[in-house]
Amino acid sequence: MEKMSRVTTALGGSALTGRTMNCHLDAPANAISVCRDAAQVVVAGRSIFKIYAIEEEQFVEKLNLRVGRKPSLNLSCADVVWHQMDENLLATAATNGVVVTWNLGRPSRNKQDQLFTEHKRTVNKVCFHPTEAHVLLSGSQDGFMKCFDLRRKDSVSTFSGQSESVRDVQFSIRDYFTFASTFENGNVQLWDIRRPDRCERMFTAHNGPVFCCDWHPEDRGWLATGGRDKMVKVWDMTTPRAKEMHCVQTIASVARVKWRPECRHHLATCSMMVDHNIYVWDVRRPFVPAAMFEEHRDVTTGIAWRHPHDPCFLLSGSKDSTLCQHLFRDASQPVERANPEGLCYGLFGDVAFAAKESLVAAESGRKPYAGDRRHPIFFKRKLDPAEPFSGLASSALSVFETESGGGSMSWFVDTAERYALAGRPLAELCDHNAKVARELGRNQVAQTWTMLRIIYCSPGLVPSASLNHSVGKGSSCGLPLMNSFNLKDMAPGLGSETRLDRSKGDTRSDTVLLDSSATLITNEDNEETEGSDVPADYLLGDVEGEEDELYPLDPEHVHPEEPEYVLPQEAFPLRHEILDTPSGPEHLQDKADSPHVSGSEADAASLAPVDSFSLLSISHALYDSRLPTDFFSVLVCDMLRFYAEQGDVQMAVSVLIVLGERVRKDIDEQTQEHWYTSYIDLLQRFCLWNVSNEVVKLSTSRAVSCLNQASTTLHVNCSNCKRPMSSRGWVCDRCHRCASMCAVCHHVVKGLFVWCQGCSHGGHLQHIMKWLEGSSHCPAGCGHLCEYS
Amino acid sequence: MNRGGSSPSAAANYLLCTNCRKVLRKDKRIRVSQPLSRGPSAFIPEKEVVQANTVDERTNFLVEEYSTSGRLDNITQVMSLHTQYLESFLRSQFYMLRMDGPLPLPYRHYIAIMAAARHQCSYLINMHVDEFLKTGGIAEWLNGLEYVPQRLKNLNEINKLLAHRPWLITKEHIQKLVKTGENNWSLPELVHAVVLLAHYHALASFVFGSGINPERDPEISNGFRLISVNNFCVCDLANDNNIENASLTGNNFGIVDSLSELEALMERMKRLQEEREDEEASQEEMTTRFEKEKKESLFVVSGDTFHSFPHSDFEDDMIVTSDVSRYIEDPGFGYEDFARRGEEHLPTFRAQDYTWENHGFSLVNRLYSDIGHLLDEKFRMVYNLTYNTMATHEDVDTTTLRRALFNYVHCMFGIRYDDYDYGEVNQLLERSLKVYIKTVTCYPERTTKRMYDSYWRQFKHSEKVHVNLLLMEARMQAELLYALRAITRHLT
Repeated sequence: MEKMSRVTTALGGSALTGRTMNCHLDAPANAISVCRDAAQVVVAGRSIFKIYAIEEEQFVEKLNLRVGRKPSLNLSCADVVWHQMDENLLATAATNGVVVTWNLGRPSRNKQDQLFTEHKRTVNKVCFHPTEAHVLLSGSQDGFMKCFDLRRKDSVSTFSGQSESVRDVQFSIRDYFTFASTFENGNVQLWDIRRPDRCERMFTAHNGPVFCCDWHPEDRGWLATGGRDKMVKVWDMTTPRAKEMHCVQTIASVARVKWRPECRHHLATCSMMVDHNIYVWDVRRPFVPAAMFEEHRDVTTGIAWRHPHDPCFLLSGSKDSTLCQHLFRDASQPVERANPEGLCYGLFGDVAFAAKESLVAAESGRKPYAGDRRHPIFFKRKLDPAEPFSGLASSALSVFETESGGGSMSWFVDTAERYALAGRPLAELCDHNAKVARELGRNQVAQTWTMLRIIYCSPGLVPSASLNHSVGKGSSCGLPLMNSFNLKDMAPGLGSETRLDRSKGDTRSDTVLLDSSATLITNEDNEETEGSDVPADYLLGDVEGEEDELYPLDPEHVHPEEPEYVLPQEAFPLRHEILDTPSGPEHLQDKADSPHVSGSEADAASLAPVDSFSLLSISHALYDSRLPTDFFSVLVCDMLRFYAEQGDVQMAVSVLIVLGERVRKDIDEQTQEHWYTSYIDLLQRFCLWNVSNEVVKLSTSRAVSCLNQASTTLHVNCSNCKRPMSSRGWVCDRCHRCASMCAVCHHVVKGLFVWCQGCSHGGHLQHIMKWLEGSSHCPAGCGHLCEYS
Repeated sequence: MNRGGSSPSAAANYLLCTNCRKVLRKDKRIRVSQPLSRGPSAFIPEKEVVQANTVDERTNFLVEEYSTSGRLDNITQVMSLHTQYLESFLRSQFYMLRMDGPLPLPYRHYIAIMAAARHQCSYLINMHVDEFLKTGGIAEWLNGLEYVPQRLKNLNEINKLLAHRPWLITKEHIQKLVKTGENNWSLPELVHAVVLLAHYHALASFVFGSGINPERDPEISNGFRLISVNNFCVCDLANDNNIENASLTGNNFGIVDSLSELEALMERMKRLQEEREDEEASQEEMTTRFEKEKKESLFVVSGDTFHSFPHSDFEDDMIVTSDVSRYIEDPGFGYEDFARRGEEHLPTFRAQDYTWENHGFSLVNRLYSDIGHLLDEKFRMVYNLTYNTMATHEDVDTTTLRRALFNYVHCMFGIRYDDYDYGEVNQLLERSLKVYIKTVTCYPERTTKRMYDSYWRQFKHSEKVHVNLLLMEARMQAELLYALRAITRHLT
């Protein structure tokens, strides 16, 4: 009764007192357990079994239970538990499979009470019933759980875990008859102590062994489990199916878990390997531990809250042979050290970051990203709705969105697709690229191209006749018409550009004179009035994008996945033509002959003999002074670096490729390689595989050009036996069948194979196309109405 | 260094057991005819393996999926007697050789070569010499250890210890390897290397233990292949399995004897399972039983009268296999009985203090992700694999027997289980089996067909392969436990 009063005093009023302290044990501890009076703790290990009194300033050894000259293996404890009803009663689990009970009330030096040798393998855990004085439960490696009545010599009942090793057993605090057991294979079972034949419930809680579990002291049916998969999970067992309520990811396998008294959502964990600290988690905040105790120098093997109603004192034993008392107020709080800044990119180029509120407040005045010229973005600020984390790390979340109208990176895609990089004289390339840039509203880039042309093209390269010609034409152009067009498309006040367009429209009419209809559509007005003549999708393209007017090929640009086989040059107009037929005039001829020719094509085609318009006079002046092109190379290199720095690596690489030898020597290999790889990376992110491959091909850096030599293997599986076809792509070695037969000619298809997704018959592309022109049924005769689009 | 075909004489082409060599030395004129090696194993009749093979589609699938060499090699053929196991074996091997890992591919194969060389396992060496070159390894390295980077050379010490006396590995060894410097190993790399080493030491045990025949490969081309194609002495192979009569008579000879042996064994197993609680051995008794078992393992090999080697004779062996020794240093370093070094008093490894499940797994998985799961599955698989048969008997619980085998191997490496009664080993494992186990796990290169045949004469070959698998995995686990424990100590 005297002891009872001590407990009550501990409970009420001043509660426990003490400080953070530790004491050295003689040997590593495996487990600890606290007496219910919160004044004594028992430490057990392979070669230690002692009771310490917890005093104000220190631990005092009270009793050594390890007696005898040659201690037997029965004393090599894997676990120890102190009865919560009777402070004289202890139980230990020995590594050799013996369960021992100890009675401190025994007068002799040897306090050993009873010995149960029923388990065949190591006993991992023992557990007393929380209210019953004589009921002890054990779980062993041999896959059995046994319930002992201490008044009897052997077990009352045996529960079989189907030869899976039992790692932990815990009586429910609330339900008298229930206990939970955890297993090496990741399962958790719920048993009724009265029914040893089968478990009440079983579910898989973890991937890999579940090392520990703990019932919530107050919430009925809350069970925390910890496993080798580094997780702590909290389960609600009151529902028919165990429901995972919380999950905490730790950094190492979880060896012990213990709910913190009086704090509904807190639990303490320690790890079995590598990590020596003890963490206290708020399960609702699974990312940063609420508190951390870092006293131990080796793995912590046992933790226990000192008193079931006091949340401030935690005791722990460790492999480093120390016993510690931790005080909550001395705990380190990782939150203090946490970096509350985070940055993340969204799928569509949005940027979000979270930062300490103070920082954000200071910064919002400055509008940090407003000046970014490439991403037209605006600044949106919302406060993190979650409550502040103990006031320390309250942070604000900011989201930058790319401007919706700005079309984000469409300029990049367009530029990449439309730039001409090789295959034509330098002057033409520059002009073309300048035009592309201008059409996309990137005037600085356009100017750069024009200047490059002026710098690097000696007058001899551009036939002066054509220049004169174009200039002359420019003057005769219908001015008002073009002006209105320009206003629609571009920023006002760009004189040179209006002039350029004017002259362009002009040359267009000039070169495509052959076809009268083409001349008619050179102007916007005509286009619209002539709607009936123009293909429908052409009009559509016109309506869709404003910047497409000059370039009505864009219907195909929008759907590059659907190549047009009749007019293949339209899919990727510039690139393909350049690569395949480097001679410009021929190509022009083709176009002119084509009945479908539209203003746009004529426009693209007419680029070849184009010119520099208004800047012409300047260029002449430069050439007159006869400055060597080398003079500029330093400047150009600076320019390239400037663009690269700006993030426009596209420009840098394009210029590098177009100018080729002229500047390459002035920029070091590594920088070039860097530019190439980043541009290729960007292209691939936008799925511009063709462009990226072209860039790879055109690059001179060895590291880059080998990129498209890697992993060129295509693995094919046999359609019949589903095995990989190793030697040849069309005959299966195993089933000796030809894999893909053409349904039309019944030969093996070795190249492009097209098949109907409805009936899965198919064959040579050409054959199928031809077949379906004449018939709508499947050539294989299956009766399916195949469609080819 | 003179590689490959250094010695043209027949005597050098085959490893000869000492007895034969003595005879040879006396009479140089005797030419030893090359034995016909048919089938994947020299110990197991070809039809036993092939039969199982043709049935098994699954094996073929597994080989396609996971084999690094892309063909059904002899090891796989023999293992395919236990398809379940084969899958986890191939998966883990494939993972450590081919999948994401800290070490470059040629390194992995070179480490495999180094490991196999510790046991002079030319089968594995040849296999990995090929793969090493295929994965772009520098051919020069194959000339020997002097030609490899210092970093790889540094691995020698740990290779040596791990192969023969893993209990000597301390955290100092680990520290020496990971200490920052020009040739240091990062921990993940080291763990990868250790896993590879342990795997190939153990696999060498399996190769010798099951008498795996050399691959019949027409393209023995690069000069790095070792000529000594077979590690089994001719005298062993004389009673070739392919000669049916010979093996039959051999079996008949002991058939009555062994039948009763089997019955007795089963009887003992049953008794152990039933009467566990009755025989209440005192703790001292248990301890002494472990010690006894440890000590006894000392004498096990010397008891093998036919192959008792005086130490000097053994040196000859080393010279003959100089082809192999270019991959190793200190070739004289071999297994020394754990029990013998009583003076040093290294403490027994308590299995409960550092178990694979609790500790090893976590560490290995942390430093070399996913290998833990694969190894874990493999260990579990081999430990739990059973068909509930013993020889001709069905419905037998072989748990005790499997546990005895596993723990006996660990016992020889000084790992003790508190909850195991080592008296069981004595009752369940007959002397000839102990000889075999000890040889296969500790000096696999000395295994002979005679040893293989002499134990469990009534048992099926597939069951003996199962025994080999158990020995292999137990050995691998033991090595890993020691190495990982050292790494853990280094970390704390």
